[in-house]
Amino acid sequence: MKVLVCISNVPDTTSKIQFTADGSAFDPQGVQFVINPYDEFSLTRALWIKEQQGGTVTVVHVGPASAEPTIRKALAIGADDAVRIDLDPMDGFSVAQELSALVREQGFDLVLAGRESIDYNGGQVPGMLAALLGWPFVNGCVGMEISGDKAELTREIDGGREKLSASFPMVVAGQKGLVEEKDLRIPNMRGIMTARTKPLVVRPAQSSNAERTRAMSFEKPIGKQACVMLGPDEMGELVRRLHENAKVI
Amino acid sequence: MSVVVFAETWEGRFKKATFEAAGYASAVAREMGVEAIALVFGPCSDDLSALGRYGISKAVHLSDSAYGRFEAHSFAKAMASEADRLGAGAAVISGSFNGKSLAPLVSVFMEAALITQCVELPVSVAPLRVKRGAFSGKGFSTFESKSQKNVLSIVPNGIGLHEHPVSMAVETSNLASAESKTELISLERSTGTVALPEAEIVVSGGRGLKAPENWKMLEELAGLLGAGTACSKPVSDMHWRPHSEHVGQTGIAINPNLYIAIGISGAIQHLAGVSGSKTIVVINSDAEAPFFKAADYGVVGDAFEIVPKLTEAVRAFKTGH
Repeated sequence: MKVLVCISNVPDTTSKIQFTADGSAFDPQGVQFVINPYDEFSLTRALWIKEQQGGTVTVVHVGPASAEPTIRKALAIGADDAVRIDLDPMDGFSVAQELSALVREQGFDLVLAGRESIDYNGGQVPGMLAALLGWPFVNGCVGMEISGDKAELTREIDGGREKLSASFPMVVAGQKGLVEEKDLRIPNMRGIMTARTKPLVVRPAQSSNAERTRAMSFEKPIGKQACVMLGPDEMGELVRRLHENAKVI
Repeated sequence: MSVVVFAETWEGRFKKATFEAAGYASAVAREMGVEAIALVFGPCSDDLSALGRYGISKAVHLSDSAYGRFEAHSFAKAMASEADRLGAGAAVISGSFNGKSLAPLVSVFMEAALITQCVELPVSVAPLRVKRGAFSGKGFSTFESKSQKNVLSIVPNGIGLHEHPVSMAVETSNLASAESKTELISLERSTGTVALPEAEIVVSGGRGLKAPENWKMLEELAGLLGAGTACSKPVSDMHWRPHSEHVGQTGIAINPNLYIAIGISGAIQHLAGVSGSKTIVVINSDAEAPFFKAADYGVVGDAFEIVPKLTEAVRAFKTGH
């Protein structure tokens, strides 16, 4: 099976997020970038497919050259080759457009991505890509069993979970459950060495202004007022305040 | 011209998130000076006129029995086709699990811009500018659309229910369902619990609860409050609680009216997923726990002493009201 894994380059989950003084942009200074955590579950699942039934795992990232250490990490974890589409994307649609052009040209059986990226949390690209390609789409996937030209996919829904069947090719947006946290792979020395010689192809963008939205300004959440501390024997008082002051019960 | 809204149902009933999205869609429509129309898919045992309370002046009922089950591709095709027929310049979809699957597809089929995670009504409608969540609760960003058509996906519980009663017409659409790209094999219902993204109150536990069997006291409190139950990442990683209950940066983000955190220290990744909560109560034995800085009410002490006392106080309050 020929698998494409889409990865985002995002601030580490422990990062404090800062914006420029005029609020016009995210300030990446001092921020450690990593593979988007949701994408890591999908990358590991893709490697399992390759190990179980053969094939290849290609990773793709749409972004500037500064993301290459993150792409190399995906190669060190076990992907065979990588494509970086050279575009600093303005929104999810421009990313989906670029990915669809790559998929049409190179042909894949399965596109795996994360449910959302932890920077813009758009949750847009996998679904848009499936729509552009006319492929089945399973979002928030927490389990995948492949048999022949079909897969059984479990996804979370508001009232529980459902198991679906779909035929390849398809787009799957994964999250924890597709593999477990303990299954995630950390690059070892051999992986890091071989990653240096694996192909990382830089592909020019198809279009430089496909975006349909753009971020105008950024702001941080308003800080909370000082916490009201109550003693263990004041639970009646806490309930009264939640009812009368906060009006939440 | 119009604004259409996806009137999502679960087992033939409207969800709370549907009324929230309907209220949002009608407010956007009033701002644009157009009509708000709801699209109802498949069998619905609720009275459709309930949507009129939220400013919807017309409900289009897609009657094909195939719409009894949500399927992202066929629903998106139908929604785009109806939006075109109804001259819709915008579509509103709640950020429920199904809504998150649907919105990106609808935006492609409508050739529209998509803005997800909307937390407020648009700042302006021409050009369309909306404030949305970003960086997993650590920030907000105002996005502007460059497109004539737009799909807006709103954060569940982020907007609230806003009534605007109008008289409503019902129309039946015989649009045949497009091809499904997935088949349903089985459905597993979670029983007796409140769906987390929709819950108005959430009671959540962390490692401080020491063992999975200690969730009984948390479930008792949640039951009295009509609350959903949640947990921190370490608890879900240790399989004390299911993944679906993990709230935080890599779990689900929630925006309840009241979030009660018990034995959770408040790591930055956890705070990111719950910072949209209107009121936060933190119960922790460590007075230095970072969560107190993000809390409205804090209690320092042993959860095994405090939670039963809180439960009794809630019980006394509920019997008195």
